[in-house]
Order: sequence, then C-alpha cells, then structure tokens
Amino acid sequence: MKADPQAVLTGTHFLDGDKACCEGAIAAGARFAAGYPITPATEIVERFASRIPSVGGTFIQMEDELAASIVLQGAVWGGAKAFTVTSGPGFSLMMEHIGYAAMTETPCVFVDVQRGGPSTGLPTLPAQADMMQARWGSHGDYEIIALCPNSPQECFDLTIRAFNLAEEFRAPVMFMMDEVVGHMTEKVVIPAADQIEITPRRFTHRSKFEYLPYGTNGDMVPDFVPTGQGYKFHMTGLTHDERGYPNMTPQAQDQLVRRLQKKIRAAAARITFFEEEGTENAEVIVISYGITSRVAQRAVELGRARGLKIGKFRLITAWPFPDEQIRRLALHAKALVVPELNLGQMVREVERAAAGLCPVISVPHAGGGVHRTDDILSALVEVMP
Amino acid sequence: MSTLNPVEPLLRSDRLPHIWCPGCGIGITINCFARALIESKIDLDSVAVVSGIGCSGRVAGYVNLDSFHTTHGRAIPFATGLKLANPKLEVIVYSGDGDLSAIGGNHLIHAARRNIDLKVICVNNLTYAMTGGQSAPTTPEHAVSATSPYGTFEPPFNLPHLVEAAGAVYIARWTTFHVRQLTRAMSEIFKKKGFSFIEVLSPCPTLYQRRNKMGDGLDTMKFYKEKSRIRHGAPTSEVGLTLNGEIIVGKFVDRDRPDYASLMRAQYVEALGDRYVECRETTCN
Ligand SMILES: Cc1ncc(C[n+]2csc(CCOP(=O)(O)OP(=O)(O)O)c2C)c(N)n1
Ligand code: SF4
Repeated sequence: MKADPQAVLTGTHFLDGDKACCEGAIAAGARFAAGYPITPATEIVERFASRIPSVGGTFIQMEDELAASIVLQGAVWGGAKAFTVTSGPGFSLMMEHIGYAAMTETPCVFVDVQRGGPSTGLPTLPAQADMMQARWGSHGDYEIIALCPNSPQECFDLTIRAFNLAEEFRAPVMFMMDEVVGHMTEKVVIPAADQIEITPRRFTHRSKFEYLPYGTNGDMVPDFVPTGQGYKFHMTGLTHDERGYPNMTPQAQDQLVRRLQKKIRAAAARITFFEEEGTENAEVIVISYGITSRVAQRAVELGRARGLKIGKFRLITAWPFPDEQIRRLALHAKALVVPELNLGQMVREVERAAAGLCPVISVPHAGGGVHRTDDILSALVEVMP
Repeated sequence: MSTLNPVEPLLRSDRLPHIWCPGCGIGITINCFARALIESKIDLDSVAVVSGIGCSGRVAGYVNLDSFHTTHGRAIPFATGLKLANPKLEVIVYSGDGDLSAIGGNHLIHAARRNIDLKVICVNNLTYAMTGGQSAPTTPEHAVSATSPYGTFEPPFNLPHLVEAAGAVYIARWTTFHVRQLTRAMSEIFKKKGFSFIEVLSPCPTLYQRRNKMGDGLDTMKFYKEKSRIRHGAPTSEVGLTLNGEIIVGKFVDRDRPDYASLMRAQYVEALGDRYVECRETTCN
C-alpha cells in the first residue's frame, strides 16, 4: 500500500537526521509515538509532537522509558503503528519490553540515537556502543532486526523500511542511529506519497471461530488480530501455544522460541541490506556502519590515491548479521578492517563470520567523537601485504 | 440438570482448572466482575482486560474477552496506549497491589494525574503472592512476610488516598465479603469517564493469612465481615489499613474531571483550529 499523501512532506528539504527520522516514521504510517526526553534523541518526538495533531495521531510523553516502551505496544494492539525514541540510558530501561515485543510478536520500532556510555556517559557526543545491546539486551533467546543509517536521507528512507519490516515479521525493529547522524543536517529528498511503499498490518481474514492468535499458515508469521472486534483473544509474555494460552512445557517453549528465531533468520538473505564497493579485487576491505562509514569513506579514498587496493563494505542491516557476505569477503581478502565507535562490538561478528579465513583488525574508538581519517588509513596501510 | 451459570460465557472454560489456591479471593472478584459486565449491559466486544504479573495478574488469562497479560507493573501504560489508539474500547486494568503500586507505582499516579479513561481493579492481598508472600508496599505494619520474618516496619501505602491525591475520579474499596457492593461498584465505573480505581481486599490464605496466623479463606471472610465498616465518602486520609484494625470500605470519591483525550482535543482545537485532524479510531489497517 502507498503512503498517505496528506502526511508526507514531499519535496527537497534540509533536515537533520533526527527530523528526517520523524518524517520517515510519519510517512511509514506511524500515528503514535511515546518518549521520555533524552539527548540526543528527543528532537525526533519533538517534531512528531508538533506535526502529528494535523496528521491525525497521538504523541504522549511518558513518565519514564519503561512506560514509553510499553505504551507504544498497547497502541499497536489498539491498531496504530507506533514507535519510541531514546538514547543509551533510556535504551537500557527499555530492554524488558523489547523482549516482550519479540515474545508477543508486536510490530514496533525502537529508535536509539547512540551516545557515549556506559551510564550517563557522554550525553551530547556520539558512540556506536549499543550495537550488542540491541541484539542481546533483553533476556532469553530471540532474534532481532536492526538498521544503521549513515545520513539524514537514510534516516528518512530506512525508518520507513524499519516500520515495514516490523509489520512483515511482527517483530520489534531497532533503529540504530548515533549522535552525529542524528544532528548532522543534509539534503533530504522526500518522494511523493505514491512512491512510498508501506507494509500494512496483516490482519487475519479468518472468522473468530477459526482464528488462532499465534497460529501460522506456513510462513512462520501469524496474522494479526484486531482488538474490539469480538475475537476475544488472549496474548501473554508467558510461553504460549497457538491459542495464545500459557503453556509451561519444554515442547511449547521449543516450538515458540525456535519459530521466533527462524521467522527472521530464514529471511536473512532478503533483509540484510548492505553497500559494497570495490571489494572484488581489494586486498583489504573496510567494514563499517553508521557515521563511521562516512569517515572510512575518506580513508578509502586517500588509500586508493596512494595506490592501495581497498574495498568497502557498509552494514545497513546490523542484525541479522550478514554472515554470508562477510564470509565471501574473507575468502579472497587479505584482511578485514573494522572501525567502530566502541571498543570492539561488531568486529566480533565479523571475526565469527570470517571464521579464520583472513585476519580481522579492529579499529576501536571509545566514543565522544569520530575516528580521525588517519586512524583508519594507518590501520589499512599496516595490514597491507 | 443445572442451568448454565450466567458468568460462564464470560470465562475461558477451556482454560480451567485455574491456577489459584483454594480459599483465594481472586476468583470471587472475577465473579463480581463478570456479573458487573452483565448488569451494565456493556457490549462485550468492546471490553479489553489488561493485567500485569502476579496471581491477580492472571485474571486476563481467564476472562473471555480481548485480554492482555503484560509485564510486571506495566499494565497501566500498556492500557493507556490501547485506549488512546482505540478510544472505543472500554479498557480495564486488573492486577495486584504489588504490580500496581510498587513496580508500577509511578504509572499509577501518572495515569491518575492525566486522568486516562481506564478502570483499574486492584486486588489487594497485602503481599506479593505469586513470588511466595514477600512484603509489598501495602503490607500492614508488623505483619510477617517471607522477607519480613520479624514483622514489617515500613509504613504502607493507603491506596485510595494516594490515587485521590493523584487525581482519580472514582475511588472505592470493598472486600471479597462485599460481593454485592463490589459488583455494583464494578458496574458503576463503566459510567465514569476518567481514571477509576477499585481496591478489593482479597485473602491469600496460602501465604499472607497463614504466615500471620489469620486462618483460612473462610476465617478471612469472617474477619472482613467483623472488621469492615461502610463509610461512603470517608476522607481517604482516614482509610489506611492496619494488621488487625478496622477496614473502612465504601465509595470514597466520585467526581468529574475532563479526561486526557478530551483535554488533548480541546487544547489542539484551541491551538490549531481547522488544522487539527482528529485521530482516526484505528489508525492503520
Ligand atoms: C520485572 C519483574 N520483577 C519481578 C518479577 C517477579 N514477580 C512476579 S509476580 C510478583 C509480585 C506480584 O505481586 P502482586 O502484584 O501483589 O500480585 P499477587 O501475586 O499478590 O496477586 C513479582 C515480584 C517479575 N515477573 N518481573
Ligand atoms: S498464593 Fe495467594 S493470591 Fe496466589 S492464588 Fe494462592 S491464595 Fe491466591
């Protein structure tokens, strides 16, 4: 289905990443947002609060992030597309409800504009140190989808994609921005509404007599049920069967948790988005994401000017991790270099996927700024055979 | 042949037997709730029940209505989202005292302050039952619990007083002995718009009464009968509970205040005039 023309701000704009993310959410059909103020993310919902009354929807500022991360799920079950935005400390508070969304298969989007941590850390300065938390932060086994934009334009485009993926897989989607991407202002082109494809909620066509809230029809994602239409369904964060009823057996647990994992993993090839350039004949390949990919770009250019054969690979989807692609790179590259604004998170995944086929070099940065081009360039030069 | 019990269609018979202990009061509250639904002639398709976690939090699993079993303490914010996105729903929050006033205490006062149109039924068994009878913010002073083996010394919350100060429009307290009054209160709140709160004192013979040598479920009913005094309109500051003292019950507060959705609409209309677009009932499909 197409976006609502009355909601989409078609045109060429000069926007920062936070505002572009908000416009992406509105274009994607988000009509409910909840938040608790936190730098550097609040601008997203501040814009939502000013835009949404003339679009038709609700913004509510909650008493804390625990509330923000669950009020939005109530709204989803009430029929809305909904999201919340936060940064490190708030993201930590939201973890229980990311697991709840995964378990109850509640489609929604969590935006994390990453700043330096741990704890209060660096409120106004960037980091990419919540990447593992986005994957593993809630207790239990579950699979997650996480996207990493590297520009305001992508904050717009990928926010729409995040909402679409959430609906397609009935899963929470993490939108992993960082302070620099959130605050950098660039040209953002917002297409006409009829050029924006949005995924509607897949409501069941079955009658209340033959409908099972967690019954799947072969594709591992159950159809949604509308509240207030007489289905009299039950949903719970407890391990449940197809009826949505609690079932405390290892068999029910196995069936449910494996399906929650499989529904996303089976589609990994289709939903791991990446950007790749010059990797074919490269001797060394830089693997980066978010703001760091912009710094890496410059390092690649400078290195190539010196005659080095450098390729670049950018993760757009961080989770599920593009195992296949990284393995392919590792098969022919002499080394993979991974700069990121943390002390080494996604590099572990690269190492795992490369499985010893070639050396993997971490270029860590504790956050608070971005890498110097030289840090990345010298790592590239050093590993050159 | 016995005729069908009128509340049976309101229960998920396919989930019985339930998990509650013999003598537990939670089932009595459900019976009253089901009867209140019938008496108030409300369209059952429009009723949604939201629970948190605990023995009382299991209510959502047994009522034959759209029902949501959420996380510990967060039934109110979940219900808030449900109600705001789908204003036609009658949203009931049905949960325990620990769930609503300890881990969820912040949400309780803020939802009352905002006057979200929710109907909260708080089953108060004076303890955290599901986890084995630890002290709750409602446990009366000197009562023994799993985590207060020598007696509680923290002063408890007086819940009606708390939610009145926060802004609730309807506040009543009954016990599981007062089934008629409780049923009436539960049907009355369907006529209220705004944050309504019913506290139901309910026995937990397995943990609270046993540890405090107060007998079984039946003894607790006698206790409720003897100790209760009906005082409608009592100042909520005077209705705090003690271990063995008087239990003031009744309808304490019944007032009107514009609810969150009306305030939101009024503010936007004033500020935006024609540019305000009313939130559609269900915003995506
Ligand atoms: C975040 C979290 N902390 C702790 C628990 C464990 N827990 C489950 S039920 C419960 C207490 C419930 O007490 P109350 O709300 O009074 O309900 P009751 O069981 O007494 O009916 C606790 C602490 C949990 N499920 N989640
Ligand atoms: S433990 Fe107490 S509250 Fe829980 S079911 Fe048993 S009697 Fe009821």
